[in-house]
Amino acid sequence: MLYIRDLTKIFAPGTPNEHTALDHLDLTLEPGEFVTVIGSNGAGKSTLFSAIGGSFWPDSGSIFLDGKNITYDPEHKRASQIGRLFQDPMKGTAPHMTIEENLALSYSRSQRRGLRMAVCKKDRNFFRESLAEFGMGLEDRMDAKVGLLSGGQRQALTLLMSTIVPPKLLLLDEHTAALDPATAEKVMDITNNIVRKNRLTTLMITHNIQSALTCGSRTIMMDSGKIILDLSGQEREQMTVTGLMELYSAKQHKTLDNDRMLLL
Amino acid sequence: MTLVVGSLQLGFIYGLLAVGVYIAFRILDIPDLSAEGTFTFGLAVSAALTAKGHPLMGVLFGLLAGCLGGAVTGLLQTKLRIHPILAGILTMSGLYSVNLAVMGSSSNISLVGLDTLFRMAFDLFPEVDKELIKLVLSALFCAVLVAVLAIFFKTNVGLCIRATGDNEDMVRASSINVDATKILALAIGNGCIGLSGALLAQYQGFADISSGIGIVAVGLASVIIGERIFGQRGVTWGLVVTVAGSVVYRLIIALALKSNLFPAYFLKIVSAVIVAAALSVPAVKEVLVRRKIKKEGLRNAVHP
Ligand SMILES: Nc1ncnc2c1ncn2[C@@H]1O[C@H](COP(=O)(O)OP(=O)(O)OP(=O)(O)O)[C@@H](O)[C@H]1O
Ligand SMILES: [Mg+2]
Repeated sequence: MLYIRDLTKIFAPGTPNEHTALDHLDLTLEPGEFVTVIGSNGAGKSTLFSAIGGSFWPDSGSIFLDGKNITYDPEHKRASQIGRLFQDPMKGTAPHMTIEENLALSYSRSQRRGLRMAVCKKDRNFFRESLAEFGMGLEDRMDAKVGLLSGGQRQALTLLMSTIVPPKLLLLDEHTAALDPATAEKVMDITNNIVRKNRLTTLMITHNIQSALTCGSRTIMMDSGKIILDLSGQEREQMTVTGLMELYSAKQHKTLDNDRMLLL
Repeated sequence: MTLVVGSLQLGFIYGLLAVGVYIAFRILDIPDLSAEGTFTFGLAVSAALTAKGHPLMGVLFGLLAGCLGGAVTGLLQTKLRIHPILAGILTMSGLYSVNLAVMGSSSNISLVGLDTLFRMAFDLFPEVDKELIKLVLSALFCAVLVAVLAIFFKTNVGLCIRATGDNEDMVRASSINVDATKILALAIGNGCIGLSGALLAQYQGFADISSGIGIVAVGLASVIIGERIFGQRGVTWGLVVTVAGSVVYRLIIALALKSNLFPAYFLKIVSAVIVAAALSVPAVKEVLVRRKIKKEGLRNAVHP
């Protein structure tokens, strides 16, 4: 479904701040695969998502989605096939518009937008049913401004908005990190349900090693713009949080040691 | 009475301008200064066509002229990534030459004795009072425009425009072309502004190249007066209230002029002061509140 080859992104090239955020990265995702992504701060996880989402063009390499080369497609065009969630719950919704209008806007991505009324009765019922599945009571507040919702409610709504027309790829960038533990768990449950129900191909960044191992079917670890570990199947099933942490610091020490050797 | 009727007539005509300003500043949240040029563009096109005996075409092409001006500003802002304020200034400067060309390189056109939209209406209903006809005609334009826009902003495209002013990231993530949306919205807004100029030319029977000076402040003053008096709610409410604000603004001006508070050339500074005063309310409020907090805090402080 997703096929990335030799992806490289260098920020501020030719300056003292030059930084290779993605370093000849290769990644292939099968249709319906749910992959969790871990790695330390600055490893390049968000940069990878931005490259896939189209916030910038990579310096080299290519990105294929469902067999089509999307490397140079404009961001809004890819968005019809890629759903994206960020850590910041404010980012995915229009605060001064109602829940219903927000949903209508993302729902209309499946069709050519014209001068049809944005919300019709049939849509409204569909939105209501979909929201009711969250058990957050949002279905009774369809006319409320989204700015009035809590972070968790907004994030759940954003999740529904990005998947109401099932995308070919769902990108989740620490989308529960800004929520309190109980709400985070709730949103994680909703996420799992939606992904399972629509069999969505999904990449999820998380700093929670536990959920990295329990969600989905495969876990990759990034460091310095590269994928340094790719766990799936039995190996992943037998992996424990401490085991992964040890592996993680071991890999990091190795890079640190390499750096030290360079310095000496 | 004539004062009220006159204010209503002008209030509705300039209400179209205010609606255009509302679309850019409030719905799209973009400070668009092109109105200074597009208002006069509509006015000049309308006057030139009326002088040639086509008042109806004048109104239509006045509106289209405004749309064109707005689209240019939109292109400058989005595709060429010029700062919105500078983009507006460029359009407005450029349009000054265009407007002079449209007006046959003279700085004003008189339509006295010519068939205007209003005269045509007088001829159609000879027994009705002329002031009433002017009032109904300008109110009709306003009502139709507000109604059409109110519906438009509930359609899919309208929703895209509103969301663009609210959260661009989200709009892009919903697979909407933000640039195209902005260009469209600025074209629509400036279309309203051009229409306002087009009607004004035929209403007052002349066109002047300097009509657009300070017009953004006039539009903004109407928007703000409407919001302050009637409150902020949905988009439909905002459109209606903006027109109401325009009428109130004209009433204030007419009263002030009548009571000889200031000469007519003071109008621009009055609208500038109204806008500045209304916009500074939150800042002034905050200073007052903080001063109070500080005073009480110092008084109640527990000394060591
Ligand atoms: N727009 C940018 N300009 C310059 N450098 C950038 C830019 N965006 C990211 N970087 C740098 O690229 C590196 C990778 O950043 P990225 O945001 O991808 O990390 P991350 O793995 O998502 O980290 P975190 O876990 O903290 O979110 C960082 O060193 C960051 O400073
Ligand atoms: Mg990140």
